[in-house]
Parts: sequence; structure tokens; C-alpha cells
Amino acid sequence: MATLAQAIRLALHYGEEHLGVTDIFGEDVGAPLGGVFTCTQGLKTAWNSPLDERGIVATALGIAYAGGKPVAEIQFCDYIYNVIDLLKLCGNAHWSSAGEYHVPMVLMTPVGAGIHGSMYHSHSFESMATHIQGWKVVMPSNAKDAYGLMLSAIADPNPVLFLAPKGLMRAKGEEHIPGEPEDERQLHQMIDAPVGDRQDWQPRWPAVQDYRVPIGQARTCRKGSDVTVVGYGRLLHLCTQAADQLQEQGISAEVIDLRTLYPFDEQSVFASVRKTGRLLVVNEDTEVTNFGEHVIRRVLDECFYDLQAPPKLVAGLDVPGVGLAWGYEKNSIPQLADIVEAMRTVAQSQP
Amino acid sequence: MALSGSPELTRWTPPVLDEACKLAIHNLMVKSRACEEALIRMVRTGHGYFWIGSPGEEGFGVPLGMLVHKGHGPAFDYLHLHYRSAPTVLAMGSQPIDLLRQMRSTVTDPYSKGRNFVNHFAIKPWNIVPVTPTIETQYAVAPGTALVQRRHGGVGISIVTGGDAGSAEGDFYSAMNWSTRPDQELPVLMLIAHNGYGISTRAERVQNTRELNRRGDGFGIRNAMVDGNDPIATWNALVEAMDYVRHERKPYILQGNVSRLYGHSSSSGASLLDEPDCLSLYEARLLREGLATAAELKAVWDRWHDALNDALHQVIEEPMPDRQHVLQHVFWDGPAGN
Repeated sequence: MATLAQAIRLALHYGEEHLGVTDIFGEDVGAPLGGVFTCTQGLKTAWNSPLDERGIVATALGIAYAGGKPVAEIQFCDYIYNVIDLLKLCGNAHWSSAGEYHVPMVLMTPVGAGIHGSMYHSHSFESMATHIQGWKVVMPSNAKDAYGLMLSAIADPNPVLFLAPKGLMRAKGEEHIPGEPEDERQLHQMIDAPVGDRQDWQPRWPAVQDYRVPIGQARTCRKGSDVTVVGYGRLLHLCTQAADQLQEQGISAEVIDLRTLYPFDEQSVFASVRKTGRLLVVNEDTEVTNFGEHVIRRVLDECFYDLQAPPKLVAGLDVPGVGLAWGYEKNSIPQLADIVEAMRTVAQSQP
Repeated sequence: MALSGSPELTRWTPPVLDEACKLAIHNLMVKSRACEEALIRMVRTGHGYFWIGSPGEEGFGVPLGMLVHKGHGPAFDYLHLHYRSAPTVLAMGSQPIDLLRQMRSTVTDPYSKGRNFVNHFAIKPWNIVPVTPTIETQYAVAPGTALVQRRHGGVGISIVTGGDAGSAEGDFYSAMNWSTRPDQELPVLMLIAHNGYGISTRAERVQNTRELNRRGDGFGIRNAMVDGNDPIATWNALVEAMDYVRHERKPYILQGNVSRLYGHSSSSGASLLDEPDCLSLYEARLLREGLATAAELKAVWDRWHDALNDALHQVIEEPMPDRQHVLQHVFWDGPAGN
């Protein structure tokens, strides 16, 4: 099975060949590296930019204005903060110009902890991202969804922020991408650049197919009846593990992978909460003004009288960063035990 | 009225600066000045919330508008303008009534549907990308359109304007750096309208040189400075700069030193200040050279004043945005591609 990084690469290749992608660029995105996570190796429109995040986003905006279809990358979301006003401009260009211009661009950036990334390779960004209007925001939790979400992002005529959980970049998928070789070693030989001299290397692309995960459509990963668990990205896997553990203890959790954070699939969440009467939202962003609070607020708006227990958010501790030592990360970013405990608490809460 | 060529151009020949052209420059300078003064009157009489604009920059902005290779798509010039660009856009052929609409925030405002301050244009058929209230970001965006133009070929360039204060931001540096990557030079014409101030702060207190165009020296960017209060000198400087950018496909920085006749904005009173007036100076020149009589010049003013009065009467009757308009244009659901 393709890894999440390979899936992104295959999607970008498909985008170049079939969806009009004109430029894939950012720091170290072009040859020889092809991205620090290898997501852009071997792509024919990939090029290296100056180390200038503002220039990257602004140039993508200009390319989009001029009829191109850029996919730009900020190498780590930790370095995106100095481009917030440019993200605002990308997101408001259509509205402020009364529909005259639109901005068909994709901005991808790795997010989250889980790789011992220390202060500046561990940030989450979804809470800020979903507060920048005019953008759609997606975050896959597996390789096939990464492929399908990227194709949808490329095809969308609006700016789309593709948040890639960096802790999952090397994770292999559980389902084949349509057109992916059956043998993952074959895929490796076809599209992964060799270590060392790559000067003469060319990828041999498999004939991957059009497969879209619609923006705004969640996926129910585990069916259950006692508690609804809403997650996404890296921690989605901890949510399913927790659900499996609790299943053995007689607690039935329904786990929803949002996949799109803006606009998020409210109806799927509401339907599940109306069934279970209980809600837990899980992510690794810091807890104050957290995107999960928005999910809970919308559930309170629409499902208040269906609730049998207070909704709960499990999120990162509200501290300035994720420290390098494991003692910092494990005690500030939700771990499996934290999620299991929260899930049990919500499922068993009584008035 | 933009004196533009055809989309198939492989060489650009500027319009001839003859007597008719010199009189056209005057007409467009008056068009812009009369429009801006009408906008100031509107904000003073309660027909608008806030004014910011360009009186005093007509000598720099009008020749630019007349020299733009106007059209849609990468064969033509892209314009990344700032909010003191009315002379340029009006010289390209826009109608003053649309600025009055934007000042009054009517739903008929074609540039923003009453959403943005006045002088925030967006005109896709002429490649004028949305003007932003930020004073510097346009410099960093221009290399993006220029990149597409480099690939496209032809004579289309990306023109970006800003003020001396905006040039202090890092985006100005980004524009110079991205436009001069080895073997990837971009056809960007960077313009600085130096009016001597950033709101209330005098430039000489916060910039280490008056010659901001010389910032380009470190990047090997050809650059020049011109008296922006002189439209003829500006015309000639722009022709030289455009000829270079269009045909060499490399960046150029041109600084025009201009006046700020009504201060920063309505927030500072928008009162007439004692600075050189490019329009008065130009009219004196036309009289001195015998290209027009005082009566003929006055007739130009009268014509624009009458047109603006008629426009204002029309605009104040036009509808304002309402609840139904708020959610329009958040996302685009048509085909991708500008």
C-alpha cells in the first residue's frame, strides 16, 4: 500500500496530467529533494522557491489570478504564521471583488506532533486555518483519503488548505488507491527517488485513476451506539484504537473522521449524536479557541435536547509549544490513554 | 482611454506623445482630480464613510494608465495597484460614476459591491487584480502573474504600484528577489509613488534614502527616479522602463516623486495642502507652449464637473447592500480559472 506521502505525490502527478496543475513549488519541493517528506519527488511541474513563505503564498495567488493552477507548500505549518494576511487576501479576494476574481489554488503544509519535532515542527494549525474565511480546509487520516482529498482540492476553484499530518507521512494505507500497483515494493521502485545521486532518475508513474473524496464529506470509521467520537488526522487512529479497546469492555463508540474541517460535515455529526446522545471531539491543537469547540457549539445549537451528557473536548494543553523531551509531548498532546478515559467518561456519564 | 495595442504583439511601440496626446493627458488628469474632489465632498456631506485617494499623483498615474497594454489574460499587462491609483484606472477608461458608487457603498459598486473603501478596484477584463487595503502585499503577488507571462511570451508585463511607506515592507524585497532568480527573471515593473509620508510619518525619518529605487541595485535591477509631478517626464520614463521590461523580460524599478495634496485620507481632514500641484503646473505648461487656451482648459474642468454632478445625483438613488448580499461570493462554484 502507498504511504500517505506517496499518495500525495500520486495525486499531484494526476493533477499535473489531468486537472491542469501548472506549478508545484515551495522550499525544497523541486529536485533533488522533492520535499522534506518526499511528497513532490519526480513531479514535472515541481520547482524550488526562495526560502520565503510570504513569497510562496503571494506568488501562488498571482499564478491563480493569471489563470494557472498552483499547488504551493509551506514546509511546516509552524512557519506559516508570517503569511496570515496573505492567506486572508487569498480567502477574501472573491468576496471583496464582488465575484470578479476567484483563487483556484492549493496550499499544503504538514501539521501536528508525533515526530519529536520540538517547538517548531509540532504545531497544529486547523483552529487558525478554519478562522480564515474563504478557504476550504481538509486533513486526511490515511493514504487513500489523502489522494482523494488532494484531487478534490485541486479541482476546486477556491483556495484549499491541505493539512497533512506529519506523523502519518510514512504510514501505509489500508486500501489501494485506484491504479496503484498491488505490490508496494513495485510502487517504491517506480516512484521513490533513490538515495544518493538522483541526477538521471526519472519516476515511472502508475496509471492512477480519478478518485475524489468530496470536500465536506466525513467518513464513519466505526459504527457504535454509546458515544460519538469526532476526530481527524493523526489522532483519528488513536480514536479508533480507543474504540476497539472499549468495545471489549462493552462500550460501543461511533468514530467519525471529519476529513474536511471547513466546511465540516455537520449532518453526519448531528445524525450520529442524535443516535448516541453523547459527543467527544479529539484533536491535538491547543485547547483554547480550538476547532473542536466549534463542533461542540454546532452540536449544542442543533442537538441540545438529544444530548444525554455534556460534550467533551480532548485537545492539546494550552502551553506555548510542544517540548522536545518525550515528557513534554506525552503530557501536552493527547495520548491513547487520555482518549480511552475521555471516551469512557462521556459514554458512562449520568445526570 | 487607453492607447493599447493588439494581443498579438511581439514588439511594443508606445503611442506618440504628440499635441493630441498631451491634451489627452490633461483631460485625464482633470477627470481624476475632479473625481477625487467629488469623492472628498461626498464624505464631507455624508455620502460616504471614508476617503483615501490620489490627488497630487495624476502626473504619475495618468501616463501609466495610457501606456498600459490593456486587456485580459497573460498577453496583456497585469496591474497590482494600491489605493492611490485612480489616475491610472480612470486613464484606462473606467467611469468616475463607479468610484462614486464605491464611495457611497452602493450595491451597484462594480469593484466590491459596497464592501471595500473607495479606490479599491477589481476589473478582470483589464487584468486589474483586487486592490487591497494592505499597502505592500501587491509587490509580492506581482511575480506570480509575471511568472505566467514569462512562460506565455509576448509583451505583457506585471505592473505593481505602491508608496514609499509600502516599499519598507518585506514584500518589496520579496518582489525583487523573486523577479531576479538566476535564469528566471520576470517582467515586473515596480513603481513607487513617493509622496514623502506614511500617514503622518515623514519618509526621511524612517527610510535611509530618498532614492528608494536604488534598493534595486543590490539585485541588479535597473532603476530610475523621475519627477512624478511632470507627466511628460513621467511618460518618457515609463516608456523607457516599459520598453525594457516588455522586451528584455526583466524587472525595473521606477520611482516617481509626487505630492499628496489632500493628506493621507479623510481621517486627517482631506484639506488642500501647500504642495506642488502637478495639474496646475501642467496647465501652465500647456498655456506656455500654446497647446491650449485658458478657456479651453476651463471647458475641460466644466465638462467633468457637470458629469460628476449628474453621476452623484444618480448614485444617491441607487440601492445599498442588504442582508441578502452578505453571503454572496464567499465561494465560487463555477469553473476554475481567471
